[in-house]
Amino acid sequence: MSPSYQDLLAAAREVIPEVEPSDIAPRVEAGEGPLIIDVRETAEWDQGHLPGAVHIPRGFLESRVSGATSGTEQELLISCASGQRSLLAAKTLADMGYTNVTSLAGGFARWKQNNHPVEMPRILSAAQRSRYSRHVLIPEVGEEGQLTLLDSKALLIGAGGLGSPAAYYLAAAGVGTIGLVDDDVVDESNLQRQIIHTTDRVGVNKGESAKEAIRALNPEVQVNVHPFRVNRDNVLDLLGEYDVVVDGADNFPTRYLLADASLMTRTPLVHASILRFEGHASVFTPYDGPCYRCLFPEPPPPDLAPSCGEAGVLGVLCGVMGNVQATEAIKVLLGIGDTLAGRLLIYDALGMTFTELTVRRDPDCPSCGPNADLQLRDYEAWCAGVGRHDQVGATA
Amino acid sequence: MSTVKIPPVLRQSVGGEREVDVSGATVEEVLANLCDAHPAVGAQILTADGSLHAFVNVYVNGEDARLLQWTDTPVGETDTLVILPAMAGGAQ
Ligand SMILES: [Zn+2]
Repeated sequence: MSPSYQDLLAAAREVIPEVEPSDIAPRVEAGEGPLIIDVRETAEWDQGHLPGAVHIPRGFLESRVSGATSGTEQELLISCASGQRSLLAAKTLADMGYTNVTSLAGGFARWKQNNHPVEMPRILSAAQRSRYSRHVLIPEVGEEGQLTLLDSKALLIGAGGLGSPAAYYLAAAGVGTIGLVDDDVVDESNLQRQIIHTTDRVGVNKGESAKEAIRALNPEVQVNVHPFRVNRDNVLDLLGEYDVVVDGADNFPTRYLLADASLMTRTPLVHASILRFEGHASVFTPYDGPCYRCLFPEPPPPDLAPSCGEAGVLGVLCGVMGNVQATEAIKVLLGIGDTLAGRLLIYDALGMTFTELTVRRDPDCPSCGPNADLQLRDYEAWCAGVGRHDQVGATA
Repeated sequence: MSTVKIPPVLRQSVGGEREVDVSGATVEEVLANLCDAHPAVGAQILTADGSLHAFVNVYVNGEDARLLQWTDTPVGETDTLVILPAMAGGAQ
């Protein structure tokens, strides 16, 4: 005769020790307990769970358990609502070779009854789950990663060529707070590439214009408009409010200012610059990887560093490079993958080639080196000076 | 001959090319030959005494020449040099 449900439970009890909540609670509360795997369904998990538990619904147990555990010898406590599903789940794990598996007697119900601490999961709302479903499906992002993005704050310097696509995609991705620093207004000549703006918003501040587009795309995103130029007096306060800064500035004084300030506030700096058919991108991780000045100790003179306004830029190039920045910002915020830290990516749209150069920390870097005397300076004067006087760099 | 990749700001000085083939066994020789062939390049990347401006980076096969042997860094026949001044543009 096939075994009944009761037979299965009885068979499981023979190999799986059951642990009373009051016996294991002191270890769990001290953070020294076994790895707790909660095998209930998502709707049950959402109502609360044991502190520190990981959630693997029963149906996914076999496929996901190895990713959650450090090995078959790890001490595991399986929990469910009443202690039955967990018993069967634990038996399955024992069959899979896990040697140190117990089941929580009476389950979460008894745990709660005995007034042991309960952790409420931070969860996406139903609307958020739907909106960000393609993120949630990615193992490296998942619900937890999406919650991290929603809690994150990104500061974009410039809502122009690079800032337009970067801000648009970061907003779509659900980065919870986006700061836009731009004192400029939308001009008709911007619209060939600055896709977050519209023809009917010509004349409007770029931050305000971008805010309107973001509100239409994802009303959940908090947009902070900073309608001024970033400068020595405001940069530290600004950066201090954000988790990552995306540099889409159009001039060297601002870029060197951001480079130094991001070291001071230890804010990761996602860099890109563009001209004609070419784009550069990198990530500067303060005191961990190289900084902007390790890469470019000093700016070129003006005739070797024309702006896009002077030399032109292919509109779609902004989309590629702005989205490289958005990608890197998301990776920085989630702590996943390998960022461009230590590498300069060069995109040549004419040849359709991506080239990488190695960027190393300069031990003598005047900004991040061990002997650096880092302080915010008059970057306008410094950038104007280094171009004309070769010696300035040495003393700067 | 090694291949030298020319940044956008210097392309006019080499007749619009994105890369040019230049002979030379070291970074110094390659740059000297490049500047001989295209004097307008030299005017922009070399100082009055003929040394390279501090704002110009040179990479040999992706590595910063300053961290190799700088202008003495050997250059092979199939090597690629990148001349790289910083770019400012964010297309405001
Ligand atoms: Zn540095």
